[in-house]
Amino acid sequence: MSVAHTGGACAVCYRAVARDRIPSMNVVVCVKQIPDPADPGSLDPQTKTLKRDGKLILDESDSYGVEMALQLVDTAGGGEVTLVSMAPNNEVSGLRTALAMGAAKAVLVSDDALAGTDALGTAKVLAKAIERAGDADLILAATESSDGYTGTVPEQIAELLNLPSVTFAKEIAIDGSTAKIQRQTEAGYDDVESPLPALVSVTAGVVEPRYPSFKGIMAAKSKPVDEVTLGDLGIDAGSVGWAGGGQEIVEVTAAEEREAGTIVEDDGEGFNKIVDYLAELKVI
Amino acid sequence: MPHASDAGLRSSVVDVISFTDEHEMFRTTVREVVQKEIDPHADAWEAAGVFPAHELFATLGQLGLLGLEYDPRWGGAGADHIYTMILGEEIGRSASLGIAMAIAVQTDMATPALHDFGSDELRERYLRPAIAGQHVTAIAVSEPDAGSDVAGLRTRAVRDGDEWVINGAKMWITNGTQADWLCLLCRTSDEGGYQGMSQIIVPTDTVGFSVSRKLDKLGMRASDTAELAFDGVRVPVTNTIGEVGRGFQQQMAQFQNERMIAAYQMVGAVEFALERTIGYVNERRAFGAPLVANQSIQYELADIAAELDVLRHHNWAAVAAYQQGDDITRHATVAKLRAARLARRMADTAVQFHGGMGYVEETWTARFYRDSRLWSIGGGADEVMLRTIAKMNGIGTD
Ligand SMILES: Cc1cc2nc3c(=O)[nH]c(=O)nc-3n(C[C@H](O)[C@H](O)[C@H](O)COP(=O)(O)OP(=O)(O)OC[C@H]3O[C@@H](n4cnc5c(N)ncnc54)[C@H](O)[C@@H]3O)c2cc1C
Ligand SMILES: Cc1cc2nc3c(=O)[nH]c(=O)nc-3n(C[C@H](O)[C@H](O)[C@H](O)COP(=O)(O)OP(=O)(O)OC[C@H]3O[C@@H](n4cnc5c(N)ncnc54)[C@H](O)[C@@H]3O)c2cc1C
Repeated sequence: MSVAHTGGACAVCYRAVARDRIPSMNVVVCVKQIPDPADPGSLDPQTKTLKRDGKLILDESDSYGVEMALQLVDTAGGGEVTLVSMAPNNEVSGLRTALAMGAAKAVLVSDDALAGTDALGTAKVLAKAIERAGDADLILAATESSDGYTGTVPEQIAELLNLPSVTFAKEIAIDGSTAKIQRQTEAGYDDVESPLPALVSVTAGVVEPRYPSFKGIMAAKSKPVDEVTLGDLGIDAGSVGWAGGGQEIVEVTAAEEREAGTIVEDDGEGFNKIVDYLAELKVI
Repeated sequence: MPHASDAGLRSSVVDVISFTDEHEMFRTTVREVVQKEIDPHADAWEAAGVFPAHELFATLGQLGLLGLEYDPRWGGAGADHIYTMILGEEIGRSASLGIAMAIAVQTDMATPALHDFGSDELRERYLRPAIAGQHVTAIAVSEPDAGSDVAGLRTRAVRDGDEWVINGAKMWITNGTQADWLCLLCRTSDEGGYQGMSQIIVPTDTVGFSVSRKLDKLGMRASDTAELAFDGVRVPVTNTIGEVGRGFQQQMAQFQNERMIAAYQMVGAVEFALERTIGYVNERRAFGAPLVANQSIQYELADIAAELDVLRHHNWAAVAAYQQGDDITRHATVAKLRAARLARRMADTAVQFHGGMGYVEETWTARFYRDSRLWSIGGGADEVMLRTIAKMNGIGTD
């Protein structure tokens, strides 16, 4: 949905907004910290969910949002990038990477009661964390995470915060209190405009995320990470986690192994066998 | 003779180095930079026999990689020596050891003396842009007639008022065709031997300086190596780094940095080569089983893995010694010797276990075989390392 902001406190959404010109940009980026995809992951036999007890890293999908946010703040000439993340065990490794890239601060939600939280639960938590992060002109997320990849969290956050939501952004430009977004489509892209604040999900690969420099890495050490629990956010523990999801993963089965393909020896007439095969599949 | 450096060795091994999250994040940055800024271009640069040093160094400079331990006053990062080790290990994993060598020349071979002994004016004018990656630098010590025996060098600077007038030649100079300035070691008096040498900064746009030729090499082909000529080159006497006449001693100190960064690189290079070779022998089948099913193959690779552990830990001891301000001559000498020999062994093994595929250019092994061979010659030949160790241990009469 879209909300018209006219000045002062916005009647519909949660915060005060609406300036005709935005002299500076405050961007909140949702960043998920995930187990390193390079290491083989495993499922917890009890809960049948992905084990997340090891060191977590910044989801590469979110590095694009971080980069875009940093560029938007640069272009605006002021403001800052704030990260929000929900992760077990007060894990900050992934946040530190994004802070080293240039984000100013972070809100991290970590609480034992969050185990088993589904996508909607995640959205509820992140929505509160975004509010806590303060005045945001724009909220960015990735279109989908690399590990859970339901691709639903950003839109759910937007709904909870009563913000307009645009998906699959490949470029964002700010013009006054409007975001002009190129939204990727199969054929190319649509030009979309949205009033600010808005929640925009960013497609992977659309910008070149900067490397954390030595200076950035050192600076990240002392950047504030606001570590909060469900209580701090005023969220009822029963509304998230296994309890809130009201779900149970009953069984996980391994994907069927791919069968060995058929090898066609080409005796000069090999193409006929391929044509027959395709006909059998009713492809031709 | 008692072992002069035993005390240093003992005190350093107990001082274990520890890695922080920042060190690990830094490793990730360097690894990504290598994978994105170097590896995709390595084939083209190898074929060209040169790489765009100014472009690449500008990128590295922006990330703070070219002046890790240098004083922030000159644009350095003021980092601890572990960062240098990590930088070395990670560039050692690049697809071209020639590029790794060229970077190491900039960070640890051509600039340490300027940082440690240079005047403020020199550091402002030459070190700052080198750290930023705007200037490409070279270290000019070896000559056509003097490599291992530095005392044999003949390039001569004669004082004329406030200027040095330099005549002579330098050979095998890395970054030689692209350098903006050289850290030149030459004679400034007729004392001979190790006496009367000075380190002088020579901007390469000075009249009388020329690149005689670019050398066509066995390996390290992406790195340009040149023979340089000095024909009445005039530079201000204030371009002298540190004290006139102390050049040899200052260069000896600079050689320790050079040897350590070489040893750090070989840890990364051998580690990556080992990983890939293990991958290959697991995939490749012969006699009804993967190659790795043969114990002779398992044991050779396990033995290299063990050697790599030893080298890595020796490097850590060197880092600890360096950080606490010990003389690291022995550490650097042993590390350089063992690192170079291990790299040669790894290269030979990698080619062997890859069989025919190991011998063709499309496999990484061919370039690795050529490149790794350098380190038993460059930065002081293996025999020069052994000569130093023999002296320290009182072996022989030298
Ligand atoms: C094995 C397994 C089983 C699962 N089973 C279920 C299930 O049965 N039902 C169900 O609803 N969900 C399930 N999930 C999803 C899991 O709960 C989600 O990982 C989580 O809720 C976030 O959803 P997502 O990763 O799919 O987010 P997506 O919607 O794909 O994420 C899009 C973007 O939202 C942001 N984002 C998402 N999560 C976070 C976060 N924690 N912190 C900060 N930003 C974030 C990031 O920018 C991210 O790129 C399962 C996941 C796994 C791995
Ligand atoms: C790719 C490359 C890059 C280089 N880059 C630079 C650079 O940037 N700057 C620079 O100044 N130089 C550079 N060099 C030069 C390098 O440092 C010298 O080649 C090296 O020090 C050996 O000197 P040399 O070639 O004169 O060998 P020589 O001194 O002629 O020795 C030849 C061989 O004799 C043996 N030998 C030497 N001394 C002894 C001994 N005491 N006992 C027993 N055997 C001995 C060794 O096996 C040695 O390899 C580079 C060389 C190469 C190949």
